[in-house]
Amino acid sequence: MEPVTQVSGRAYPWGAKNIDTDVIIPAHWLKTISREGLGKGAFETVRAQPGNIFDDPAYAGSPILIAGDNFGCGSSREHAAWALVDMGIAAVIAPSFSDIFSGNAFKNGIIPVVLPQEAIDRLIEVTKTDIVTIELETMTVTTAFQDRFVFALDAFRRQCLMEGLDEIGLTLARDTAISKFEGAMHASRPWIEGRSGYAGIAIDGDRRT
Amino acid sequence: MAQFSVNRRDMSARPLTLYEKIWNAHLVERRDDGTCLIYIDRHLVHEVTSPQAFEGLRIAGRPVRRPELTLAVPDHNLPTTPRVDAAGRVLPIADAESAQQLDALRRNTAEFGIDYIDATAVEQGIVHVIGPELGFTLPGTTLVCGDSHTSAHGALGALAFGIGTSEVEHVLATQTLLLGQAKTMEVRVDGTLGFGVSAKDVILAIIGTIGAAGGSGHVIEFTGKVIRGLSIEGRLTIANMSIEAGARAGLIAPDETTFAYLQGRPMAPMGAEWERAVAWWRTLPSDAGARYDKVFRIDATAIAPSLTWGTSPEDVVPITGVVPAPDSFADPAKRAAAQKSLDYMGLTAGTAMRDVAVQHVFIGSCTNSRIEDLRAAAAVADGRTVAKGVRALVVPGSGQVKRQAEAEGLDRIFVAAGFEWREPGCSMCLAMNPDKVPPGERCASTSNRNFVGRQGPGARTHLLSPAMAAAAAVTGRLADVRDLMTS
Repeated sequence: MEPVTQVSGRAYPWGAKNIDTDVIIPAHWLKTISREGLGKGAFETVRAQPGNIFDDPAYAGSPILIAGDNFGCGSSREHAAWALVDMGIAAVIAPSFSDIFSGNAFKNGIIPVVLPQEAIDRLIEVTKTDIVTIELETMTVTTAFQDRFVFALDAFRRQCLMEGLDEIGLTLARDTAISKFEGAMHASRPWIEGRSGYAGIAIDGDRRT
Repeated sequence: MAQFSVNRRDMSARPLTLYEKIWNAHLVERRDDGTCLIYIDRHLVHEVTSPQAFEGLRIAGRPVRRPELTLAVPDHNLPTTPRVDAAGRVLPIADAESAQQLDALRRNTAEFGIDYIDATAVEQGIVHVIGPELGFTLPGTTLVCGDSHTSAHGALGALAFGIGTSEVEHVLATQTLLLGQAKTMEVRVDGTLGFGVSAKDVILAIIGTIGAAGGSGHVIEFTGKVIRGLSIEGRLTIANMSIEAGARAGLIAPDETTFAYLQGRPMAPMGAEWERAVAWWRTLPSDAGARYDKVFRIDATAIAPSLTWGTSPEDVVPITGVVPAPDSFADPAKRAAAQKSLDYMGLTAGTAMRDVAVQHVFIGSCTNSRIEDLRAAAAVADGRTVAKGVRALVVPGSGQVKRQAEAEGLDRIFVAAGFEWREPGCSMCLAMNPDKVPPGERCASTSNRNFVGRQGPGARTHLLSPAMAAAAAVTGRLADVRDLMTS
């Protein structure tokens, strides 16, 4: 993953609450076996309505989306994050996020910025004419009008974003600790791997009537 | 042994919640920044959220660390029409993209040595139905799946939650996840369930009160007399929808009901290992005096059969209620959302819910497709007929549920009443397979999400219990099931 330190640009001023992952990317787009190309399905039902913000030339290509409470609620589909990345969104600012979406966002280099509703309302006004800047180093959102909003970010996730770290690579480096844990588990909870009553299920379907 | 009992009596030890006990038992190590490496005991995989994870492993040249701890089954994409012809030949999947994704699951699991249950096997079913049914889901385990309704498995006292595809890849490669510890929330359900009131009504009432983000950042533990009195099927319905309250997971402490349900299931421990496992499981319930970050109490006695009116699972009313007016909400954002919901749902404020006609009924999904759900629906359907102009589907959650229902004659009750009796899968819950609700049409659904477009573009969803869904099917409108039941 490419390191991310700053996102700056116009923002889609949406602000709606409970934007769920079925709205971000409807299920029929999930039949793909690739992570690419999902931008064309992003916000499909919203884009079907005339005058929607995503097709407003004033915001075309904005790297930031401003939303309401509980952004990304619903399904665990990482396709929601892939779709945002594919349409060029690198940060979402909202008063709160669903836990699963937030995790998926970080893993795809999208910054989920949590700010209070007053800050959201102000940024929605600003972005109608001007740009917004998110800095990971200072953990701030600033505008040309001297607005400065400080946000919090999980230390590990911030580091992963700023250094473009591969989490799987980091964990594989802890192999000794994992093996040690597995050894202890083998002794204390053998049924986890024991399969005492289980001869293996590799069912290829000929038993169904 | 003496040492053990001394430790247990150590009064300085802080009483722990069920969540904290499972978390501590799976802690591989804690980083300086507080992030924890947590061991994952059980991993379920389906066709939709896994192809990119396997591709990631392939590109990086990484093997699956513990293939025997993962179990794969197709469910989301599968049509619910017959899968083999009269001669036993496997029928092709018409949709090319679905066929490709289903084929990818079969190839990927074979390549990486993961157990795979084929679409034509009697063990096939919705991933959250087969986990408990096979005894793959066990108390005190950490269990993950690339699906948000993984929270369902918390019904058996497993710390179970949905993950994204990057995390699916992380689990396959390392059998662990990097996680921050969640906050805890107790949802205590006391009182007594009223006539015609089910687990679905309880969880809808909870979400309707605490909201779709009410459990955000928290793991909910459901406690209280009503929860203790529920069967595993009822508990699965409750834990399943924890995610609709925004919770990271939902937990119910394992008890005798849990052990009786699990004993003898094909993948549950046996013999001496069973005894040893049960002994450990008995230590898991939250200690007396354990503290939760939040507590919410609800008296079940006051809960009526309930359903949703809008496009968020928090939009809940009792069946005796009316479509609410947007102005009745204090929060301006909610007021605007309510107006949009009413427009989408084609409803007018003040309309009695019982006056709303439906064109579709869906009985199924990982929330309500187990044997008890089908029994409850069949009891209402028995001797009645699906109303004119209504299409009603019954989709068992697994091949085993289907087989058992057929042994009990439930299929004949449904078919005689005019319901369609289908093959197991996610079906009409999420519009990824041929079972969809057409634009502008209305569905009484036992599933878990009433989002815009969830059951198909323009589809209008009302979430309710299996008995309420059957009542809607035979009356042709949203109906109070109590009017159709004899006490």
